[in-house]
Amino acid sequence: MEIPLFAASRQATHAAKDPPDLSQDEILRYSRHLIIPEVGLSGQKKLKAAHVLLIGAGGLGSPLALYLSAAGIGHIGLVDFDVVDLTNLQRQVLHGTKDIGRPKLDSARDRIGDVNPHVRLTTYETALTSANALEIIRDYDIVIDGTDNFPTRYLVNDACVILGKPNVYGSIFRFEGQASVFATESGPCYRCLFPEPPPPGLVPSCAEGGVLGVLPGLVGTIQATEAIKLILGIGEPLIGRLLLVDALNGRFRTVKLRKNPECPVCGTREIKALIDYEEFCGVPQAAAEARRDRELPEMTPRELADRQRAGRDLDLIDVRETHEWDIARIPGARLIPLGDFPAALPTLDSARDIVVHCRSGVRSAKAVRQLQAAGFKRVWNLAGGILRWSEEVDPTVPKY
Amino acid sequence: MSATLFLPAVLAKLADGRELAAEGTTVGELVAGIATRFPALAPRLRDEQGNPYPYVTFYLNDEDIRFQGGFAAAIKDGDELTVVPAIAGG
Repeated sequence: MEIPLFAASRQATHAAKDPPDLSQDEILRYSRHLIIPEVGLSGQKKLKAAHVLLIGAGGLGSPLALYLSAAGIGHIGLVDFDVVDLTNLQRQVLHGTKDIGRPKLDSARDRIGDVNPHVRLTTYETALTSANALEIIRDYDIVIDGTDNFPTRYLVNDACVILGKPNVYGSIFRFEGQASVFATESGPCYRCLFPEPPPPGLVPSCAEGGVLGVLPGLVGTIQATEAIKLILGIGEPLIGRLLLVDALNGRFRTVKLRKNPECPVCGTREIKALIDYEEFCGVPQAAAEARRDRELPEMTPRELADRQRAGRDLDLIDVRETHEWDIARIPGARLIPLGDFPAALPTLDSARDIVVHCRSGVRSAKAVRQLQAAGFKRVWNLAGGILRWSEEVDPTVPKY
Repeated sequence: MSATLFLPAVLAKLADGRELAAEGTTVGELVAGIATRFPALAPRLRDEQGNPYPYVTFYLNDEDIRFQGGFAAAIKDGDELTVVPAIAGG
């Protein structure tokens, strides 16, 4: 079974080309594919003829790039602008310890070249934006969304609908993941599933909330599988279905997705061009709020350390979670997780100086606002949180 | 009508588990009952007017409730209601 839209898209993009032949070396390399009847020589040639764009070379992008290059996708495009960081390596298996500080695209090029030198790799060291998305995506048959934020997910979706390219979607958080295939001719798109994004800050990112290292491995390989099925035209792709992965309980289930006739992108098609996705996702408003947070009374870690050394009385309150408290803490602090803060407010002494801290200063700003709203005058937010404390006062406190 | 509400792990900490037994003749009634039982969970399931959010999808036995009347969708005994919030990690 060929996916009609995909076939049309591929023919339009790379018209009238004969399928490429495989060299003897390639035949041996792909022998375990070639002996599967559903793949065979003709299927392997389809993989070689395919042009697949990966958005993101991070958690999802890592297994995607490794498995799709190993599988013999002829042309892979990779969009990323990040550099490899030590905190990436718990899950981003495309990169190694030696790559810390290098652009991810450089380590990806080395690794993909080693996995399969037959793959042609095109790299785009840029953020995907409304200005460049259509131009970049246009040359590919399939787009795979491995991004890590809502604005880019809506951008990828809309660009794929506008250009008629299947969008192989995957998303992860902690122990759970989602996967689907959007933007085929008959199927729903990402906006049919989630018409609007949550307000910024409501849904934590993996950097804020964490993610089990193997989870992007699970979801990314599902995306790679879907891409290969689309190219080969076999099986039942996840079109009109959302796969929910629950790693903690070992449950996979699919729910039905319907194309929303009122969807402004794929239904009524009133959105014909890319929009400002940062604005759509409320990012400027969130940035303004963050600026207002910085206008709250602040104390630097050095000032706090000086006051502690001078023996001046203050109530140092840590509003992180218990499991973060177990990783690192500032001497003299006591723990009141932000969720418990409203209930604890009546027990605090407004006559004392109160300094509130968290990991980086964002959550503690919320607590400071609660204190101010309750009439407390002598309250400060610890600027930069425990991370800056580690940098400027006590480097033995681990950063995380 | 008795049904089971399934929460993702990220919301389960706001209730007393991931599988909640609940009563209601419609999805909205069932969700309102859960919201009363777990006030901290309430604002993550529906807005202050009691309407669903565009970024939290409810599935009634694998069907999106938006195509069955939204919160007015009828509940039968033994139904399963699954909450799927938008996540963006990658």
